[in-house]
Amino acid sequence: MALFKRQPIAPLDYTRKLWMRGWVGATLLFLYAPLLVLMVFSFNDSKRNVVWKGFTLKYYEKAFANSSLVEAMVNSLTIALLATVISVVLGALAGVLLWRFRFPFKGAVEGVMSLPIIVPEICLGVAMLIFFAKIDWPTGLPWPLNLSAITIAHITFCFPFVAMVVRSRMASFNREQEEAAKDLGASEWETFRDILLPHMKPGLIAGALLAFTLSLDDFVITFFTSGPDTVTFPVKVYSMVRFSVTPEVNAASTILILLTIALTAVALKVQGVKGIAETH
Amino acid sequence: MALQDWKQHKRPFAAIASGPILWLLLFFLVPMTVVWLYSFGQNSGPAEISITGTLDNYKRATEWLYLSIFGKSLAVAALVTVICLVIGFPVAMAITFASEKWRPWLLVAIMLPFWTNLLIRTYALMMLMGSNGYANRGLGAMWDGASWLKTLVGLQPLEAWTPVQLLYNNFAVVLGLVYVHLPFMVLPLYSALDRLDKSLIEASLDLGAGHLRTLFKIVVPLAMPGIMAGVMITLIPALGAYLTPDLMGGTDSQMIANVIERQFKRANDWPFGAALSFLLIYAMFILVALQSMRGDKAKAGER
Repeated sequence: MALFKRQPIAPLDYTRKLWMRGWVGATLLFLYAPLLVLMVFSFNDSKRNVVWKGFTLKYYEKAFANSSLVEAMVNSLTIALLATVISVVLGALAGVLLWRFRFPFKGAVEGVMSLPIIVPEICLGVAMLIFFAKIDWPTGLPWPLNLSAITIAHITFCFPFVAMVVRSRMASFNREQEEAAKDLGASEWETFRDILLPHMKPGLIAGALLAFTLSLDDFVITFFTSGPDTVTFPVKVYSMVRFSVTPEVNAASTILILLTIALTAVALKVQGVKGIAETH
Repeated sequence: MALQDWKQHKRPFAAIASGPILWLLLFFLVPMTVVWLYSFGQNSGPAEISITGTLDNYKRATEWLYLSIFGKSLAVAALVTVICLVIGFPVAMAITFASEKWRPWLLVAIMLPFWTNLLIRTYALMMLMGSNGYANRGLGAMWDGASWLKTLVGLQPLEAWTPVQLLYNNFAVVLGLVYVHLPFMVLPLYSALDRLDKSLIEASLDLGAGHLRTLFKIVVPLAMPGIMAGVMITLIPALGAYLTPDLMGGTDSQMIANVIERQFKRANDWPFGAALSFLLIYAMFILVALQSMRGDKAKAGER
């Protein structure tokens, strides 16, 4: 137990001071207690979320039997997947664009690209609502085309994040490699595929994970762009929480939390803890 | 680092630039412009809006009711930011000075909630804070304990515990926003503190300054860029927060985003909602401009 080894506390060992540990512990308790309680009570054999009545999986069965909840989950994952793929492509292009070229109005392009990150979600949601209403975006299309409006809205706020990550990754690229490739006869495309892309890869993975989580997480913008037949998981949970709290929501939420943990684990494996810390 | 001039590489430039720029134009700038135009319009029919160039929407936004909601949103966001800073700073310090083995895990522990669905986190907190939730039970237990202590010293016991209303009020909104935004604050604070030259702290302590004095005279000024980044990254989303006040707030804890939502989903006054949206965006711009002005000044000071 190295943690409790008795060694005099050095002046900078702030983390070994008792009150500091207490503070961090309390903060983590504050952050995690609600989530843990939610997860534990998804297995509770009682309609009320208060007293432990025994272990059950019936709310998971119920959640899976609730076709609208499952549909919402499938919609959310589909949107997140589509939005991630397109965001990564657009974000990679945008990152390379800003990293590689000098061109007129570059500052303006850079500024506009950071706007979807700064503009409050509610304003972007409103803009998407008005936009799709104004151009009479077709509704009632067969699945998955009916998700197009939400997906487009998600890409708009996801890809600037990817661009940011890719650009900061490209900063460590040695341009001489590119020149060498071209000198040796590689075409523009070959250079991109064989030299730039491999260097960009960690940035692309980090960007993809970020885009996927952002898309899966989004409530406000989806709330404004979704129609009655295109409900996503957060929108569905919102209406369930609004009207009646059921343990089904706990069960569905637990599944999503586990998915988040799995994604984080993947990110850890790919980049290491330090890499993740740097992308935020 | 030599940037390439686009004129010498027209074809690759076009291939790379067209996608993102067209997307931003079509699916960001055009929608935003439409909102901006709507803010100068009025309802001319049940489903028709004519852009007349009127300033009535903005005039209405300066009515006391809306101004006070704006002020309140700003006050709530500022309070949330301050609380996050006070809670988050020691946490960021602890992570910075943690041992190599522990630091990554502490970071992951802070980041995991940040990656977890916002709605689920809000819902989890609401569950805990309900009138029968654990927060109330904990308070009840403490109350009983206090009552028991009083009888122990021979005083009258306290009256029986009645659950307090923790949800659906301003307190719940502030707590909910702190809960949601705390990781936003800790991460930039950590990355600033991590870059700080630790020997400066040692020097300060060696030269006889106490820990508190070192903190305020050395650590805080050096970490200022990170503190400002954390403040902005917390303040901006907190100001535009919709979900937390909607789910956890009472009738009097509406924030500006809730008022905007109502114009679109219920009151059906799109032009007024558009004007309020743009006022919120302008407020963000002012905050960002203040921040970058500060940054420029700090840079000028270094020279």
